[in-house]
Order: sequence, then C-alpha cells, then structure tokens
Amino acid sequence: MTDVLARDLARARNPAVAARRAHRRRAAEARFRAASVAGTAVALLTLVVLLVALVGQGLDGLRATRVALDVAFDAATVDPDGTGDPAVIAKADFNALVKEALRARFPDVTTRQDRKRLNGLVSSGALYELRDMLLDDPGVIGTTQRVWLPASDDVDQFAKGHIDRAASEAERRVSDQEIAWLDALEADEALQTRFSRIFFTAGDSREPELAGIRGALVGSLLTMAVTAIIAFPLGVATAIYLEEFAPRNRWTDLIEVNINNLAAVPSIVFGLLGLAIFLNVVGLPRSAPLVGGLVLALMSLPVIIIAGRAALTAVPPSIREAARGVGASPLQVVAHHVLPLAMPGILTGTIIAMARALGETAPLLMIGMVAFVVDVPTGPMDAATVLPVQIYLWADSPERAFVGKTAAAIVVLLGFLITMNGVAVYLRRRFEVKW
Amino acid sequence: MLTLLPLFTVVVLAVVGYRLGRRRAAALASRGAPRALHSLPSYHGSYVALWSAIPALAIALAWLVAAPHVIESMVVDALPDDLRALPAGELDVLMNEIKNLADGYVARAPSPAVQAATDLTNRLRGISAAGVAAVALALASLGLLFGRRRLVPDLRARNKVETAVTAAMLGCSTLAVITTFGIMLSLLFEAIRFFHVVPLGDFLFGLQWSPQTALRADQAGSSGAFGAVPLIVGTLLVTVVALLVAGPIGLMAAIYMANYARPRVRATIKPILEILAGIPTVVYAFFAVLTVAPLFRDVGARLGLDVASESALAAGVVMGIMIIPFISSLSDDVMNAVPRAMRDGALALGSTTSETIREVVLPAALPGIVGAFMLAFSRAVGETMIVVMAAGLAANLTVNPLDAVTTVTVQIVTLLVGDQEFDSPKTLSAFALGLLLFTVTLALNVIALGIVKRYREKYD
Repeated sequence: MTDVLARDLARARNPAVAARRAHRRRAAEARFRAASVAGTAVALLTLVVLLVALVGQGLDGLRATRVALDVAFDAATVDPDGTGDPAVIAKADFNALVKEALRARFPDVTTRQDRKRLNGLVSSGALYELRDMLLDDPGVIGTTQRVWLPASDDVDQFAKGHIDRAASEAERRVSDQEIAWLDALEADEALQTRFSRIFFTAGDSREPELAGIRGALVGSLLTMAVTAIIAFPLGVATAIYLEEFAPRNRWTDLIEVNINNLAAVPSIVFGLLGLAIFLNVVGLPRSAPLVGGLVLALMSLPVIIIAGRAALTAVPPSIREAARGVGASPLQVVAHHVLPLAMPGILTGTIIAMARALGETAPLLMIGMVAFVVDVPTGPMDAATVLPVQIYLWADSPERAFVGKTAAAIVVLLGFLITMNGVAVYLRRRFEVKW
Repeated sequence: MLTLLPLFTVVVLAVVGYRLGRRRAAALASRGAPRALHSLPSYHGSYVALWSAIPALAIALAWLVAAPHVIESMVVDALPDDLRALPAGELDVLMNEIKNLADGYVARAPSPAVQAATDLTNRLRGISAAGVAAVALALASLGLLFGRRRLVPDLRARNKVETAVTAAMLGCSTLAVITTFGIMLSLLFEAIRFFHVVPLGDFLFGLQWSPQTALRADQAGSSGAFGAVPLIVGTLLVTVVALLVAGPIGLMAAIYMANYARPRVRATIKPILEILAGIPTVVYAFFAVLTVAPLFRDVGARLGLDVASESALAAGVVMGIMIIPFISSLSDDVMNAVPRAMRDGALALGSTTSETIREVVLPAALPGIVGAFMLAFSRAVGETMIVVMAAGLAANLTVNPLDAVTTVTVQIVTLLVGDQEFDSPKTLSAFALGLLLFTVTLALNVIALGIVKRYREKYD
C-alpha cells in the first residue's frame, strides 16, 4: 500500500510527468473555455442571421415596381356628357384607359391572347389610382399624361430579379414575350422599382402588389388599447392589494400560486378560454378586437402583477413608516407615496407585457381573428386581424410576392417591439432610484 | 353604442355627485367650528359619487345580462303554437334566425310568423334599452341625493371610501383565481362531453389520429379516430430536438457568462440573448419556413437523405433557438448564486477554472439548471406558431426527425380555425387536447419551480 503511494508520489514529482499533466490540464481548460465561447457565439450568430435574413427580405417587400404609361384621358370614355360630376367620373371605365395606353405603347400586339397578357403587366389596382387622380384634378381630362402605375406581382418579382431569366419558359411565371415587353419598357426607363406607400395605406388584398398592413395595424392598435385598458388597472390593483394590504392566509397563498402558474400557461390555452367563455357563453362577436383584447389582457395580467409587485417591494419600508408617522391612512400611504415611487417600475413591466401581447398569434387564431379582412376596422366590435396574424396569413399564401410582404410586416412588427422595449429601458434608466 | 348610454349617464352623475358632495362638505366645515370635519371634503365628494355610481351600475349590469334571456323567452311565448311545438334543436335554430334578423342580417325572406317575432324582438329590445337607461338615471340620481343627505361633519367618509377601494382591489386580485377556474372549467366541460363520445382510454392510448368525421353516417370511417399517441410522440420529438439544440448552446453560453466573461461583457451579452425570447414566435415560424426548412432539405438531398419539406427537425431546431435564453439566463442566474467561497476553495486547491466549473459549480447549481431545462421544455411543449407553420399536419407515428409530424398545439389550431359545430367530437377533441396540454405544462412548471425554490433555500 505504502509502496503504491510512494511510487505515485515519486511519479508525480517527476518533472517530465508533471509537465505533461499540466499541459493536458491546460489544454482541457482551453478546450472548455473555447466551447463556452463557441456556445455564446453560436447563440449570438443565430440572432444576427435571423435578423439579417428577415430585414433583407423585408426591405425588398417595402419596394414595389411601377410601369410608366402615357395614359390618354379621353373625355369620351371618362365623362362623355362633359358633366364634370365626380359621381359620373368615378363610375368611368378606367380599365379601358389602361388597356388603351398599353395598346398605344405596344401597337404590334394583335392577337387576343397576347393582349390579355399585355394587360396583365399592370396591376388590377391601377384603375383606382387613375380614378383618384382624376377626382383630385378633373383638369387632366382630354389630355395625355405619363403616369406611373403599379405593376402586377409577377412583373414586380421579375424586376427585383427573383425570376430567373435563364430558366426554361415553362418553369417561370413570366413568358419570353412578357420579358421582351419589359425589356422594352426598361430601355425607355419606364420600369422602376422604388419604395411603395401602398404597403402602409392599404388593407389586405388577394393581389400581393395591392396588399398592405393598414388594417392589421389598426386592428393591433384597437386590440392593444382594449388590453391596456383592462390589464393595467386590474394588474396594478392586484399588485397593490397583494403587496400592501393582503393578510398572510390561505386565500392569499392560493391567489399567488395561481398568478405564478397562469404566467406559465401556454398562450393557446387562453385562446381556448376565450373561445369557450367569451364567444360561446357570453356571445361576443368572432374576430373582434374586443375579444382579442380581453384574451390578451388575461394573458398579460400575471406578468403585470409580478412586475408591479417587484416594483412595490423595491420601495423601502422607511417611506411607508414616515408617511404613517405623520398621520396618513394606509391607503393614503400607498396612493400618495408608494405608488408614485413604484410607477416607473410598474410601467416598465406593463410595456414589456404589452410588447409580448403585441407579438402573440396563437390565442387570436382561436377566436377567429384569422378572417380575410379587406376593410380597415373602425371600432372594437368590427371584424379585424392583427399584425402577427397578418404575417401568418401572408406566410401561408402561395404567391412568391407575399414572401417580401411577410418579411416587411415582420420588420414593422419588430420595429414596434424594439421601440416599446426601448421606452421600457429608458423609463427604467431615467426614473429608477437606488435606495 | 346605445349600451354605453346608461354607463355615460352614471359617470356624469357621479362626477356631479363628487362636486356637490365636496361643496356641501366645505359648507358644513365653514358653518361649524374650525376642523369640525372628520374627513377632507374630497372624501365627502367621493362618498357621494360612490353612492350614486355603485347601485346604479350594479342594477344596470344585471339588467343587461338578463335582458336577452328574458326577451328570448317572451318571444318564444308569443310564437304561434305550431312553431313552439318544434323540437328543442329546431327551435334554437329558429331563435337564432330571429336574432340575426333583428340584428339586421337578412339571409332570406322570413315567413310572416318569423317576421312578427322579429318585430316583437326589436320592440322589446328598444323597451329594454330605454328601460335600462331610465333605471340607471333614476338610481344614480336617488343615490346621489341619498349620499348627499348623509353628509354630516362627523361622517367617517374617508374610512368608508377606503373600505370600498380596498374591497375593489380584493375583487381585482381574485380575477387571477377566476381565470384559472375559467380555464379549467371551460376545458373540463367540453372535454367531458368529448369523453362521452370517445372513451378516455382510446384517447390517451389510441395509435391513430384522423379527426375527420364523415358527413353522412353511412360513410366509411365515419367515426373518426381520436388516438392522441401520434400527437404526443410528435410533440415530444420536436421538443427533444429543440432541447438538443438549446441545451448545449444555452448551457455553454451560461457557463461563459457566469464564469469567464467580464462583468461588462456579461451585462451586454445577456440582454442581447434575451432578445431571442422577445421575438414573436410567428417570426421564428416564418424563418423556419423560409430559410431553415429549405436548407435542411437541400443538405439532406445532397447527403442522399429524404427530408420532408415540413420536417420535425426544422421546427425543432428553430424552436431550440427560441428557447436558448430560457436556459442560458436561468442557468446563469443559478450559477451566479453558487457561493463565492465554494469556487475559491476549489481554485485554492489548484484546480483550473474549467475543473472548478465541472466539479464544483455545476453540481452545486444542478437543481437550478434542471429547473431551467424543465421550464424551457414546458415552453416548447406549449409553443404553437412554429409547429403550425413548420411541422405540418400529418399525424405520423414516427421518431424519425426527418419526417413530418404533427403536435398537440397544431391539431388544436387546425380543429378550431374556421367554422365549427359545437356538438361534433372533432371540435370537442380540441378541448380534450387543450386539457392535456394544460395539465402537462402545469405539472412541469410546478415541479420546476419547486426544484428551483428548494435549491435556493440551500444557500441563502
């Protein structure tokens, strides 16, 4: 036994063996450290890849292709009787104007089928732009104007280089003939891809080039308003009660356990609750921002309560004791002293909870906010959709052009989230008091 | 918006009551000896406002809840005998039609009897709306007068107002309990209806999931199959892939942040990693569909593997990215909570930093790290959008991550999006799945929080 120990000790003292072992241990140390750095780097890299991929696509989706055409605002088509009445002008056949302008640009197109294809270059939404243009300025009637009209989604994809010219004709959505026309337009500088306002001013549409996020944005705004109006007062009241007034008993414990568990319930379960209670029992309308707001409010409540309690605990007891000492009632202590001091923390928590609610999709699918809604909603009872659901709907669309739109909507959504989180961080930095 | 009229009336009267009460209290104070009031005038004002608002709002609310039912039963009573004799189901359909007509949705020209019932409904609704406004106005005015008459210098207005406010806060705090019970009751109620049709054993142990029920009773396979095992296996498969991605990355990142990184680096990296948890899941889902799934398919094709375009692997990997911060942040916290003295002891005995971490810090922090993994697991099980868009609908019973699988949450979404009829087992099965999901995540969370808590008590 002692022999073995002595032998080990002798070997350990052998400089060559010790050096080898030290080398091995140092190598292990370096490996482990490198692994930990690699883990962190991989995590950070995925974040960067994710953001770069989405923002790149999103900028693409914010731009749209337009075609310049010399449109002859023929009085005989627009306003045959020369009334100048907007109601008459609004009903005119603007489609004919677009077709006429295309035929004038490419006079050698004669067959029916080719004409149909030629007309397909310009989006079906072009006529509305022409109509609005005429209603704004009836003076152009009888003149010929060069007008930039929105191109169809296939032309848009081609102009952005998403359609491979070298592929065989059967495999791409743009025919050789169409490419020839587009090249001709391009040579005239009559084809341009630039930032498009339509994306922010239009509601949803089946045509990618006409689809916008206005409806979803307003829907999100209405839903968030309902959520904030319900969740903020209820959350703050609950936090104050539990932190400042509640006696320590079984009932309070039950409430606390419930709040902690609710914070971890999958969001889709809240959607099931909304479907079973708000729609089937109470009978509120499907797809309404009111119901969406209620569901998201229930979901955000635990987060607001937990953040509120943390903010209230951070206010030192000496403040409360001093206020009590000069004769304030318990409620006055909270209302006049503790709550104002805790407010920045509570607001920070609320904004973070709202940011989470803004990005939430699954529970809203359950209560029918996935309907295809073209109109921009005007009130909390109208059928509406919200930004994340719009993203989901577009991502499911088969047209390639919706990919850019989806990414652009994601960029807008992420922009909102970053702004909200930035405000929360600012509030915390600006008003946080270290006691 | 007519329903808001009573509310508006009451609010206006409450404001008037507040001002009247305050002025009255000020008058009382100036008449009597100085400091004769027990409470400040503003509390007297609030006291009057409460008397004016609370009874009126309570009655108006009760009225608004009860009115549709009362109107419905009155309309049913007024229906011709042949319609009233209809079976309950058909009568419900008829009443729905009448309600829709009264709301202004005309689907087809109604029969005279239905038209008469619609007119009656509209008339009753008008009377009810006027009635509730009148009652609210009367009660609010009466309350205001009553409250104002009770103002005397000795009135303990502050105490009464504060009691009311505290009661209101207690009411708010019970909402969390009500929500939990609401979730449990709504899930249980529908799930029990489902289990009347499909036995619990078939649901939990059945190997076949195809919820399509046939339109006609004599069609083949009209009963549908509601065995949840393929869904559970699919969920576990995606979750395990996610944990295999997030586990090593998250844990290594946590080790770096807690042991190697300088404080300033750690303070920068931690919030940046937490951005990953703040990105909406629908964004991850789009990323999975757009980038990750095609990448895996191409790589698989090059290696000669047949990767489904909606593979469990793609969904799992992206979900793994999402849950990295759950593991990294929580593990970082628990490793930081390991007492300094334990590290110093190990270092003083000559171990390298990595030996200290492996032999001392990790074993000490193990319960907390296990808790972090369980929270991440529960989060992944309940995650919906990524799997809805990236994992697909095919209920394959497989453990091959290259195949398409479906999960519990995907099926809930598919079963409930679109029109549903609430008596078919197809719709009800979604609630049974919801109950399963709720139970499992709840159990996971309780266990995880328990582990984290017990660990904390050890060193504090």
